[in-house]
Amino acid sequence: MAGYLARRAAMLLVTLLVSSFLVFTGVTLAPGDPLATLSGNRSLPPETVAVLRERYHLDDPFLVRYVAWLGDAVRGDLGVSIAQRQDVSDLIASRAGTTAALVLYASAIVVAAGVGFGLLAALRPGIVDSMVVAGTAAAVAVPPFIAAIVLIAVFAVALDWFPAFGTGSGLLGQIRHLTLPAFALAAASTAAVARVTRTAVREELGREHVQTAVSRGISYPAVVRRHALRNAAVPIATLAGMSTASMIALAAVVERVFGLNGLGAYLVNAALSKDIAVVQGICLVLVTAFVLVNTLGDVVAAALDPRITLGRRA
Amino acid sequence: MSPLLEVSGLTVRLPVGHQPKPVLSDVSLTIAAGEALGLVGESGSGKSMTARAVARLLPPGAQVEGDIRYAGTDLRALRGQQLRELRTRVAVVFQDPRAHVNPVRRIGDFLTEALRLTGRVSRREATDRAVRALDEVAVADGRRLLDRYPHQLSGGMLQRVMIAAALLTEPRLLLADEPTTALDVTTQAEVMAIIDGLRRQRGLSLLFITHDLDLAAAVCDRTAVMYAGRIVETRPSALLHGHPLHPYTAALGAARPSVTTRVDRLATIPGRPLSAFEVPDGCAFAARCVYAQDPCRTHRPELASVDEGEVACLRAEDLRETLAVTHG
Amino acid sequence: MSAIGTAVRPGAGPGTRWRGRLGPLGVVAAAIVVAAIVLAILGPTLTPHDPNASDLSRAFAPPEAGHPLGYDGQGRDLLSRLLAGARTSLIGPLAVVALAVTAGTAVAVAAVWAGGWVDSLVSAVLEVVFAFPGVLLAMLVAALFGAGLQAAVLALSVAYLPYTARLLRSAALTEREKPYIRALEVQGASGMTICLRHLVPNLAPLIAVQATLFFGYAMVDLAIISFFGLGVRPPSPDWGVMIAGGQSGVLQGYPAESLLAGACIVVLVVAVNILGERLGGTGATGGRGGRLRWPRRWGARS
Repeated sequence: MAGYLARRAAMLLVTLLVSSFLVFTGVTLAPGDPLATLSGNRSLPPETVAVLRERYHLDDPFLVRYVAWLGDAVRGDLGVSIAQRQDVSDLIASRAGTTAALVLYASAIVVAAGVGFGLLAALRPGIVDSMVVAGTAAAVAVPPFIAAIVLIAVFAVALDWFPAFGTGSGLLGQIRHLTLPAFALAAASTAAVARVTRTAVREELGREHVQTAVSRGISYPAVVRRHALRNAAVPIATLAGMSTASMIALAAVVERVFGLNGLGAYLVNAALSKDIAVVQGICLVLVTAFVLVNTLGDVVAAALDPRITLGRRA
Repeated sequence: MSPLLEVSGLTVRLPVGHQPKPVLSDVSLTIAAGEALGLVGESGSGKSMTARAVARLLPPGAQVEGDIRYAGTDLRALRGQQLRELRTRVAVVFQDPRAHVNPVRRIGDFLTEALRLTGRVSRREATDRAVRALDEVAVADGRRLLDRYPHQLSGGMLQRVMIAAALLTEPRLLLADEPTTALDVTTQAEVMAIIDGLRRQRGLSLLFITHDLDLAAAVCDRTAVMYAGRIVETRPSALLHGHPLHPYTAALGAARPSVTTRVDRLATIPGRPLSAFEVPDGCAFAARCVYAQDPCRTHRPELASVDEGEVACLRAEDLRETLAVTHG
Repeated sequence: MSAIGTAVRPGAGPGTRWRGRLGPLGVVAAAIVVAAIVLAILGPTLTPHDPNASDLSRAFAPPEAGHPLGYDGQGRDLLSRLLAGARTSLIGPLAVVALAVTAGTAVAVAAVWAGGWVDSLVSAVLEVVFAFPGVLLAMLVAALFGAGLQAAVLALSVAYLPYTARLLRSAALTEREKPYIRALEVQGASGMTICLRHLVPNLAPLIAVQATLFFGYAMVDLAIISFFGLGVRPPSPDWGVMIAGGQSGVLQGYPAESLLAGACIVVLVVAVNILGERLGGTGATGGRGGRLRWPRRWGARS
């Protein structure tokens, strides 16, 4: 296990390094003067230009600039927003909470509803199973921004159960405001997890070791819990990790539709207004989160299946 | 004294396509307390299905007729808690331990699971008993094994774990379904010796399923031979082995190469084994039997009492001498 | 694609061959895909009205004679906009698939053929680049190079490349070890010839399945980018742009524009995925870059 974790940690570091390089190099690759790119082609007073030249080490060679930038980034200095005249780190910090809450809420839905529906379908063949299969087949194909539109049209406009806009105040208000966004973000992944759960639990229930457990007088609920679901947890964890990671990137869509003040919505605005430091900073934060969650999913799956750590299934 | 296990007129049909097809027809057998019965036959003859019927592990959709009694209680009527209790009294050892032990749970969990979940035994006591049980199946230092995972153990070791697990709930009847077939030859003998020793020591009843007539004869008091879903001969092992009364039994015995007599060519049974649902009107073995006569192809022989046992062959009396000679 | 048709049971007539492989659902899916392709080619010429002609007095007006789907918030004919949007909505994903799959195949085959440290290096790089989500990369590129369909297509192609290359690499590796490739090598055929004339054609079924899968992903991702205003620019009719444009209508109780455009995307993506699944003879599409079982090999060499 220790060796496996070390290997994963090394891979994680390299991935982050390459991603940050990609994020940084973009500025150099963009047509025209880096200064113009960084300022989004705004005309700036000479003292601001001097500050930018200094801050981004624009007079130094490329690699030196990258190392300096990365060093700053690791220390939490992501530069200054041209549009807002504020530290990017502060701007990110003030918005990260919304995105984190949204993704956590959505992944809770993915795991709870996905495993729940999948288990229900696996254990109740017939009408229940068919309904879950048909429902998930439809839901799995609906991307978050279309799910968001449908949810708004039904639950916010037609039924008026949930607000369609804004962040809300107080814990309960925030949860209420995040509910539709979280479901929109979770819909497709929930369906995917439900399908995998159903297949995996069915497969495990048909295995010989389940027969052994039954033959030893273990009750059916315990057999399902301790053997079928426990073994099915390996593919479920892998998929849930992947889904959560992809939701970090897709949160932008939902935040924008629902007018949430999160990182993703901010990234879109910054991209539209060519506020490069902000775009770089948010990309770096989101990619880091994406890679971390992906790694976490793999590690959880490995912890659940003792055979993986020995490299048999790695 | 009434037998511990009593199966009579057991017929099982499984859904194949839309039509239920019989895999067992009219199987009857008894096992007394402390007795070992061998159940011998080729693949598909229904021997495993018999054990599954007794353990109530038939696949869904199976239609069962006939009577299965354990210590006088009707097994087929048991439900829920009663059925689970019965399962702690009737233990099963399966053929392939690699597939039959959950790969993601530790050995200790596998061993103590049944005790902890059904017997209301504390974790500590369950663990102690598991270590003792491992000791009984000749696994020294069992405590170290408890934290291992199945893939870290050899097949023979895993089969011992399976046997220890089966013994932990202190069953009175052990159903061993080809427990050594999946193991390599040297391990086979060890595992077989363990099962045999434990049975005698604990006074267990044993239903021992195998395709090896010699092995059954060595381990079991009586042996039953199955062909195409029916029992064709049941007799004390020594008699059945030395003086088979059914041509199929004799052929099974002869099909096994002997170390004491050299032959130019290994004996084989011509044709292929039939499934129960393919059987024509007459004797199921008639098509492959060198002694078959016309009546064999039209009349199905019933089991008839002979020589401390039963045999289902129209020509059993005629062939008594012939079979003894050819088999020798 | 017709080459795949020849892979199925010999002896059956061409019609039954296809239907046997696709099944009823697959036939429906194929019909939808063909219809979408026809629309993409003819769409802008089929529009009953000018898709950009706006009559604000008819904003959100319900369907009426000559306007079977009604109007959007700016009083433009919805049917005309959907039809006109088909072209941009399909060209983008097609370009992404063409780029990502071609480049992925080239990288995979070259890496496998070179073997040794080249292969190890390529695998390691792919493993790492794997981590960059496509939508994020597209936003970065849009910010740096300016918004537009071309930038988005390029960004997505780069983001998808590792997924296609990884899958094809493992398939190419299996194929390379097969005896017929060895035999060709012994006969002295050049590496280029073997790769182009034998290796790649034998990977074609997998490539086709990959292409359909990634078409679905690309379509959704491009719609998202256009939805952000970083891809196709309004007022050009595009399904992603329409979903964004119809958003205010949704809040006012007129969800038709967003929902119709969304339905077009979902139906087409589902149809393409079903088609890919049937052609590949497998339902294994467990997420992005999910495992795909090796479809039946075709061609003269099996």
